[in-house]
Amino acid sequence: MTTLTKTEDAPAPTGGDAFLSVRDLKVQFSTEDGIVKAVDGLSFDIERGKTLGIVGESGSGKSVTNLTVLGLHNRKSTHVEGEILLEGKELITATEPELEKLRGNKMAMIFQDSLTALSPYYTVGRQISEPFRKHTGASKKEARDRAIQMLEKVGIPHPKQRVDDYPHQFSGGMRQRAMIAMSLVCNPDLLIADEPTTALDVTVQAQILDLLKDLQQEFGSAIIMITHDLGVVANMADDLLVMYAGRAVERGSVREVLKSPEHPYTWGLLGSMPRLNSDVDEPLLPIPGSPPSLLNPPSGCPFHPRCAFTDKVEGGKCKGDRPTLPVGRGSACHLTADQKQQVFIETIQPRLG
Amino acid sequence: MTMSENNQTTTAVAEAIPQQRDADSAPLLQVKDLKKHFPIKGGFPIRRTIGAVKAVDGVSFDVFRGEALGLVGESGCGKSTTGRLLTRLYEPTHGTITYNGQDISTANRKQLAPIRSEIQMIFQDPYASLNPRQTVGSIIAGPMEINGINPPGGREARVRELLEIVGLNPEHYNRFPHEFSGGQRQRIGVARAVALEPKLIVADEPVSALDVSIQAQVVNLLQKVQREMGIAFVFIAHDLAIVRHFSQRVAVMYLGKIVEIADRDSLYNRPRHPYTHALMSAVPNADIDAVKKERIRLEGDVPSPISPPSGCRFRTRCWKAQDKCATEEPPLVQISGSREGHLTACHFPEEPTTADRGEDIVLDPALAALEDESGANA
Repeated sequence: MTTLTKTEDAPAPTGGDAFLSVRDLKVQFSTEDGIVKAVDGLSFDIERGKTLGIVGESGSGKSVTNLTVLGLHNRKSTHVEGEILLEGKELITATEPELEKLRGNKMAMIFQDSLTALSPYYTVGRQISEPFRKHTGASKKEARDRAIQMLEKVGIPHPKQRVDDYPHQFSGGMRQRAMIAMSLVCNPDLLIADEPTTALDVTVQAQILDLLKDLQQEFGSAIIMITHDLGVVANMADDLLVMYAGRAVERGSVREVLKSPEHPYTWGLLGSMPRLNSDVDEPLLPIPGSPPSLLNPPSGCPFHPRCAFTDKVEGGKCKGDRPTLPVGRGSACHLTADQKQQVFIETIQPRLG
Repeated sequence: MTMSENNQTTTAVAEAIPQQRDADSAPLLQVKDLKKHFPIKGGFPIRRTIGAVKAVDGVSFDVFRGEALGLVGESGCGKSTTGRLLTRLYEPTHGTITYNGQDISTANRKQLAPIRSEIQMIFQDPYASLNPRQTVGSIIAGPMEINGINPPGGREARVRELLEIVGLNPEHYNRFPHEFSGGQRQRIGVARAVALEPKLIVADEPVSALDVSIQAQVVNLLQKVQREMGIAFVFIAHDLAIVRHFSQRVAVMYLGKIVEIADRDSLYNRPRHPYTHALMSAVPNADIDAVKKERIRLEGDVPSPISPPSGCRFRTRCWKAQDKCATEEPPLVQISGSREGHLTACHFPEEPTTADRGEDIVLDPALAALEDESGANA
């Protein structure tokens, strides 16, 4: 179990076994139109060998969080507050050379669009062996052998010949495999996968997800899986964090969040997605309205303008007070625990089929 | 082959939408052996055609009045090209499209004019399909203007009414597309498509560019206009769950061909084609307590449509393939054990019952190797 034990407002030192812990992270960009609060007070922990799924819609801050963990944000225009501790080492204040030592070595990333993430100018083999040479000091020959070995591991046919191919000579699924090979070449402890299968076809997606799962068992990496597809996290993740408007609104184990969700936004996500076994005569249950602008997020609970249950909360707290995400399993919502359970069982669950 | 196919599809609809059948049993749209080959030019100094991308390569199906036919498949299977052929945005290379008894596959501009108003299209990308220099009002009134339609009360009143139908504020009549979010723009696209009260709408991935919570809004809207206005839909998408939710009949395409077409229940619960079966098993299920289905993991990607495999096109990734599959192309027919109207193009189809399925099939060599290893260690 990943320990999700800190409240949003407690930037305390990490508990014992968390391998990456993020505390009260705030990321703000200054733009011409004003300050964009892309991430606003986010905390989570992840243990070695576990998978944390982060779900949310576009603009919910899930990608920004992970770019910040890797230090890939633009330092000039970005204001970062909070703590990111990787094995107790603070990453926010780390210098660029320090981060360079970690990136590709201790932590690596798999991007969504493999065609833009890979350089068209270098061969696949060179791009895989580069981080290996940099971090281990291996010779060209050793690095090339390692690249071939990794290509074979991820299932590229004829790796000895394909290692000299350029990315455009690979199909979409093969490029994504090559990117996985590149990210795993130094046995990283943390792997961040940002929508790794969104651009792929469903049969290829299934191959890639299984491949990631099998490789995780072998390498023992922790994976942060960013996606908007609840089906993908149900398959892959141990724990789940639901994000909305730059904040975590619900977290818990995958089973807890998918089987007894507590936050109205999570209900909305579940109700919006038809399943292969749902009742086709029931209309979908969409969330009304559209995601808020992060330039000027709603006061109080950011979900209140789209929430159908604000009238159940007394004193208009939804508009005024920002709900906190409690310790461990829980949701950032003003409804009482009984209300959440009652609403879910009575009105939401029957519609999910 | 196409004739017999046709007869069978005609009967298929009996179960799906009996009420329409009573009114008029002739299909609204008949597609026969439709092909679209895009030439590949090359050579120096004289560029000539050196090959063709066989995007759509012999597709036949019917669409009945008021029904929604889903078209699914992976990228490059030709589903979008098929959609554009139906609306004559592309010229077919071969085959016929019969709309309401009239062959429109070779009709010229003038002959097509009255039909264009009856077949409309909704595009995938709501950012690219609306003219940024026109107001919403003129975008939606455009089709009426071109077709010279003057609704009672004037075009503006009709546009406001349409805006209301699709869930937008009629006061937004004078706004420009950039003032709207993605979901709202797609609603404008829907309003434009239904402005002329068409009989058929081809929706090409209408929700795949939208966020999850907005997708459901647009799907519900499309379903509302389909039911209330009795419009037939060709619903093209790659998301199997959304297609299942929307369509009464579904066709599965692979490399320019339809490999299986059936009513929704048969296709999703008792697929006969190995590809359909693999596709279903690849969909990740958000229900973690769902009965564990067999896991089928194919090898590699879809082959190139420039030189598709001989015989059955799926044979290069199929676990049941035999010599016959390479030499003989399987016809799209109703095979024994299938329900009426359930057509499958396969020499060695899956069993009609799901009882004896359940074994995992892992064809991907990397996965198989990793899983053998971990199995041996455990």
